Amino acid sequence: MSNTETGIGKIAPVRAVAKGDGGNRTAWMGLIVLLALVPLVASPFHLDIASQIFIAAIGALALMVLTGIAGQISLGHGGLMAAGAFTTGILYKETGAGIWITLPASVVAGAVIGLIFGLPSLRLRGVYLAMSTLALHFVVIYLGGEYEFASGASTGIFLDPPVIFGYELYDGQAWYYALFLLVAGTYWGCSNLLNSKTGRAWEALHANETAAEALGVQVARYKLLAFVITSGIASFSGALFAYYQSFVSVEAFTLFMSIQYIAMIIIGGMGSLTGALLGAIFVTLVPYCIEWLMETVPYLGLDISTASSASHAAFGLLMILFLVFEPSGLIGIWKRTVARFSSQSKKEGVQ
Amino acid sequence: MQIVANIIVLTSLYALVASGYVLVYKVSRVLNLAHGELMILGAYLLVATSAGITSDPLIAIALTAVFSIIVGLSVYLLLMREMTGQPVLAAVLTTVALGILLRGAMVLIWGPQQLNVASMLSFENASVVLTDSIRVSTASLWLVICTVVVYLGLLAFLHMSRWGMRMRASGQNPLLAAQRGINLHTVYALAWTLSTFSGSIAGVLVALDSRLDVNMAVIGLKAFPAALVGGLDSLHGALIGAGVIAVLEVLLIHYVNPLLSDVVPFLVLIAILIVRPWGLFGTKEELNRV
Repeated sequence: MSNTETGIGKIAPVRAVAKGDGGNRTAWMGLIVLLALVPLVASPFHLDIASQIFIAAIGALALMVLTGIAGQISLGHGGLMAAGAFTTGILYKETGAGIWITLPASVVAGAVIGLIFGLPSLRLRGVYLAMSTLALHFVVIYLGGEYEFASGASTGIFLDPPVIFGYELYDGQAWYYALFLLVAGTYWGCSNLLNSKTGRAWEALHANETAAEALGVQVARYKLLAFVITSGIASFSGALFAYYQSFVSVEAFTLFMSIQYIAMIIIGGMGSLTGALLGAIFVTLVPYCIEWLMETVPYLGLDISTASSASHAAFGLLMILFLVFEPSGLIGIWKRTVARFSSQSKKEGVQ
Repeated sequence: MQIVANIIVLTSLYALVASGYVLVYKVSRVLNLAHGELMILGAYLLVATSAGITSDPLIAIALTAVFSIIVGLSVYLLLMREMTGQPVLAAVLTTVALGILLRGAMVLIWGPQQLNVASMLSFENASVVLTDSIRVSTASLWLVICTVVVYLGLLAFLHMSRWGMRMRASGQNPLLAAQRGINLHTVYALAWTLSTFSGSIAGVLVALDSRLDVNMAVIGLKAFPAALVGGLDSLHGALIGAGVIAVLEVLLIHYVNPLLSDVVPFLVLIAILIVRPWGLFGTKEELNRV
């Protein structure tokens, strides 16, 4: 009866791999150094894509912890990001507050909304919970729209670049490093959280809520905690999104955005933080790949007006393909490949 | 009094769409979040048949009905059948994916612009004067009639026919139903087909009444609270739920704020989830409670 509600694929025992062996750590360090060197060679266009990936990665990590680890489905992720973006936007517009006030305020706002998002989860599961989060998405968007309407900013709120320690965060390289640090921090924080008592409690209530309760896990408390923490992070990434675009508008936070985040965790691989990162990269790149296809294969009949629809269709198709054929996602494919190679090398070693 | 007529028309629309959710959920416990898109696809199929095959509106509508049945059947056979035995949530996310796929595909095929389906079919959507102060459009009148017919038909089918009984049995307990020799795949396929068919009727009539573009799929999402308020596995509940949502929506738009129309159904949804998650007429045991 495990995972009957939310378990898409089986929960991948990620931490068993992540823990311990030193080879892995070297690989991670190498990757970090490599990523730190990227801005020296990359063009502004590529840096922009990288920054978008980083923002998406923070949101995807949050959703992965909530859905992939704690097993609470949310279709309202776009609404949470909107909440963060609007908190930042409104605070900036009304009071001119700096980033040190707006970002924490966004996190708090997200956490509070997360608490509200989470309350239905104490009574509801699965499909019903999904619907209540979806409904809250529409409520948040409505409130944002009302604010835009009431304040006369019907097109949206403009933001100036944030100032950190007297330095204006404006150019692509600065954004790249700032966001890179934030993603690394979020990843580090999440993986530590998963290795703590809290993380184990989440996994227990994902696997079997009744059994978890019998073992002394305070189900209500940890469920709400999952919603509060991940909503705070999601809202944080929404605020970053607002600063990065230097513009906030309800149009950006459609239901499609929530679906994109779900696509990230499905495609990346449920239950794996690294999977969330892979999913964020993949999903962010898809529209660019379609634009590239559009330019290189002109007789496909795609143009600017249909490109977004083409990416909608592509997302739908990809999600279906992963759900049907590869429920463990990219991380599953990766692990299988690694396992195949390592078993081959073992065989060769024996011979 | 016009407002009462508006409420009845909106109730019919929501009820007709909600019946599709209820059918699939009642029988297979899958929530079809692509229902709005499948509904609009019905309208686009009418566009395709009337433009490509025949110009006679009646034949075009009949062909659309056939095509929508084929669509519903193939959605089950090609896609949802693969998800049998998977966690319920994987199936639900598959329908989310199907919805976004259909949405993109429809724009790619028929373009992003609004289509005037009524003029394509040379259908005169004249307003019908019922009394001095009440007017409704012809398409709305058809919508009310179709909803009544569909509901009577479905209720009769579910409660009087052999296949209807099989569908209800499969919904109540798939294991026992299968052991009694009911072919679950056939029953599920039937549910998806009927659901897509009734959704397509709604889509065609909505498109005839106003215009057609992909964003109208949101009607499907707004009708979902109707199904939930009534109880996801109760057909007559969906009718009453649709009434509740429609009354609130029309009155709030009329007296408070038009912007509320997009959010009211969802506020009602949240309220019902907090107070009575299994809905007004749903089966309490059905809800997988903590």
